[in-house]
Amino acid sequence: MKYEPVIGLEVHIQLNTESKLFSGTRAKFGGAPNSYASYIDLAFPGTLPVLNEEAVRQALMFGLAINAKIHPFSIFARKNYFYPDLPKSYQISQANYPIVGEGVLEYEIDGQIKEALIVRAHLEEDAGKSLHDLIPQKTALDFNRAGCPLLEIVTAPIFHDAKETVAFLKMLHRLVTHLNICDGNMQEGSFRVDVNISLRPSGEQKLGTRCEIKNVNSFRFVEKAIAYEIERQASLLDHGLPVLQQTRLFHEATGQTIALRDKENAHDYRYFHCPDLVPLQVSQELLNEIRQQLPPLPKEVIAQLQEKYELSSAEALFFFEQPSVMQFFEKSCSELQTARPKAVANILLSEIMGYCRKEDKSFDSLGLIPRDLALMAERLADKTLSSKTAKQLLALLLDGATDVDALIEKHDLRQLQDTGFLQKIVAEVVQEFPNQFQEYRSGKDKLLGFFVGQIMKRTGGKASPEQIPELLQSYK
Amino acid sequence: MSDWHKKSVAELSNALHQGDVTSEQLTQHFLSRIEKYDNNLKCFIEVCPEVALSQAAKADEAFKNGSASVLTGIPFAHKDIFCTDGVRTTAGSKMLENFVPPYDATVTQRLFQAGMVMLGKANMDEFAMGSSTEHSYFGACRNPFDTDFVPGGSSGGSSAAVAAGLAPIATGSDTGGSIRQPASYCHLVGIKPTYGQVSRYGMIAFASSLDQGGVLAQTVQDAALMLEAMVGPDPMDSTTHNATGNPAYSATLEQGASRYKIAVPKTFIDAMDQEGQAEFHRVLQLLEKHGHQIDFVELNIANIVIPTYYVIAPAEASSNLARYDGVRYGYRSPQAQSVEEIYVKSRSEAFGYEVKRRILMGTYVLSSGYYEAFYHQATRIRAILRARFAEIFKNYDFVATPTALSSAFKLNALDHDPIAMYFSDLCTVSVNLANLPAISLPLMQHKGLPLGFQLIAPHFEETRLFQFSYQIEKMAPWSHILSPIKSSQ
Repeated sequence: MKYEPVIGLEVHIQLNTESKLFSGTRAKFGGAPNSYASYIDLAFPGTLPVLNEEAVRQALMFGLAINAKIHPFSIFARKNYFYPDLPKSYQISQANYPIVGEGVLEYEIDGQIKEALIVRAHLEEDAGKSLHDLIPQKTALDFNRAGCPLLEIVTAPIFHDAKETVAFLKMLHRLVTHLNICDGNMQEGSFRVDVNISLRPSGEQKLGTRCEIKNVNSFRFVEKAIAYEIERQASLLDHGLPVLQQTRLFHEATGQTIALRDKENAHDYRYFHCPDLVPLQVSQELLNEIRQQLPPLPKEVIAQLQEKYELSSAEALFFFEQPSVMQFFEKSCSELQTARPKAVANILLSEIMGYCRKEDKSFDSLGLIPRDLALMAERLADKTLSSKTAKQLLALLLDGATDVDALIEKHDLRQLQDTGFLQKIVAEVVQEFPNQFQEYRSGKDKLLGFFVGQIMKRTGGKASPEQIPELLQSYK
Repeated sequence: MSDWHKKSVAELSNALHQGDVTSEQLTQHFLSRIEKYDNNLKCFIEVCPEVALSQAAKADEAFKNGSASVLTGIPFAHKDIFCTDGVRTTAGSKMLENFVPPYDATVTQRLFQAGMVMLGKANMDEFAMGSSTEHSYFGACRNPFDTDFVPGGSSGGSSAAVAAGLAPIATGSDTGGSIRQPASYCHLVGIKPTYGQVSRYGMIAFASSLDQGGVLAQTVQDAALMLEAMVGPDPMDSTTHNATGNPAYSATLEQGASRYKIAVPKTFIDAMDQEGQAEFHRVLQLLEKHGHQIDFVELNIANIVIPTYYVIAPAEASSNLARYDGVRYGYRSPQAQSVEEIYVKSRSEAFGYEVKRRILMGTYVLSSGYYEAFYHQATRIRAILRARFAEIFKNYDFVATPTALSSAFKLNALDHDPIAMYFSDLCTVSVNLANLPAISLPLMQHKGLPLGFQLIAPHFEETRLFQFSYQIEKMAPWSHILSPIKSSQ
């Protein structure tokens, strides 16, 4: 490719606390407008912020889960700007001294494990919502969200295409929901992605001018936004035009990103330490306490899966990332006396997930039964099914059918293992292709495939392929 | 005609407890004086007779059933910077001209819980920005000792009210001297405690790292009685300190040391005129006579404290006042047609000049390209200042200075010289910058008007401050000096 995209992410997750970051108001989504907005949230005169300890704990859980440096002191800063849905006309955030420093998040892509560098994560409060289309010629303000706790997670600019960006995001999403610090509901704005993207000529080290695409709230849109931006920026660069540093929004209807008015791009936030809050101290004791309370971290869960089921790390990571598939898998493995985890994993990961991607369906929507997969693996192992008939069986299962043994009978999926019968077929084929048979017998091993193919044709794909070479060799 | 207005809070409390007078009678007494004299003085933005009398009635109930404590039934003036539930709170500004808070400030709550009776909301410089109370949207307040002169600011209404006998005691707030300087100009005791002692919840913010609530009183004992009802950690204010427990300042007044070591920085005395210097030395000699040690020290900060303060305070103010945008409460310009106009017109129309001046200054010193040279530099100087004081306090119990370089100036005298106005805070701002406690005592006279003597103590040493002040009051009682209005019955 002529240009290399360089992508960094800022992800805002809404923490799963009862109350807002600096007031005791309920912090859950929904509710009649302005029914969850106290005088503190509304910045009434004389009101002051008081830090929510649970939010701190959840931020620390995230930091520990990505093995990040936790700063023993961090400072809350005021980010000053005027906007109607920002009650204090400043947002309390963290600037130079965030609570969480550098950490690493592993994610899986195409069977490989990659490490994503997370530069920092900090606490900040959310703003209210401006609704421009509710009342004609007016903007309606709903402050329910004002003051809700956010953790802003910032990655280094380490991604180079939409695929890895989304793979990372999905893993991040999985992590924060696994830790129960975020409900992950992207429609409700619990997990918002800002994509910073620039292009540079391939091979060049220097970064190009980047644009920020704000508040993308689905993985699909992230992909589309990145695709559009790459094209847009490449086109500019091809024509020798500069890429302007802009904040842009993704419009789902058009699939394009649109720049916000320039005025909104030029902000001097006049950051300074918020004098209403004292520096946040995190002690080793607190960290140890939180470490105890963490659920098993991804690395542990993944290692356990690997060990228990003899999976590769990529396979295990994949399962971790997809809890419902993992649950299905584990259930499957416990259905029969003898578990065949590798086989079941293989069917799930290569066949079924591939099907889901192709047909754009979710795993849960397939309605598969764990026992069926367990039996399928069993029947493959005991050679009742050939790989071809197994595929046929799977197609039936994916269509909604169930009860493997019954289906095998009903659709005649048994692999042909009857040696006598096979010998007859082999004889037929050899007699039809005597020349090829000569060549094969005198060493042209490549022709095995040809004979297997012929035999499969005559047996409707049901011959057991393992027997064929021996039968061919022993034919007289 | 009774002279309850010449009595201290301690004396009134005794009278109430002995049944010589009821709270209702006292309250009526002060309310009538307010009605009689306040038109000319403008100590009050809002007088609330109904609230006061209902509180007085409650207090009288408490006396009947024996549950009254020392402050029960005592009327006071409450600086209009403290939110009062159901009673208009303006901070001296058109921006909040019609703002009725639906909550009490913590200070308000605590004083009401102590049984006090709120006569009204005292006049003040707009958003506490000023040193004369001339910047009040509701009109300037006058000094009861000479009504051509200012009472000081920003707690000018509080100081004038007590000096004129319109209230026996008052709350104030002090960011750069706004309790001590008016106390100095009006012959009162003014105490600003250590930053973190008094909760700022519900106290309309000017400069959050400097603001502190306190008391303007006639006597040291009165100040102690009221301050101890106000101090203490508050879960609603993260900057309150919880190290000092529940101090009973009034109970330990008599337990001071017989010999204190006092450091006097020459930097401020040298800036006074001859009369001022003579007066100040007179007080120092009095202290020496009573066995205390006076040492002159170098504390060459006079040239940096005002710039440092006037970078930090406006910076914080510019951010604190950004919430007054006409969107959720407060003044919204009737002419506004768009979001931008709501902001621009409301703020332009409802903020006075001094407030605008400081918002501009504050925004400037925080802005990109200037932050390092101004704001950040000022915070570094502030740290140095704190260290300098800490150094001095290693060897001394107090630092003593005049509260101001001279007595009150005339109304409108500094209209065209805002910088000169700023310099009237010279002796007081370093105290706020270093977060220290300080008290102004009405010990001096200058040009025929009162001038205060300031004592500064280390962090959280209010007990020591009160003890020494109490001693000094015994040495040189001042309560016989009344303003013309107070002495005219």
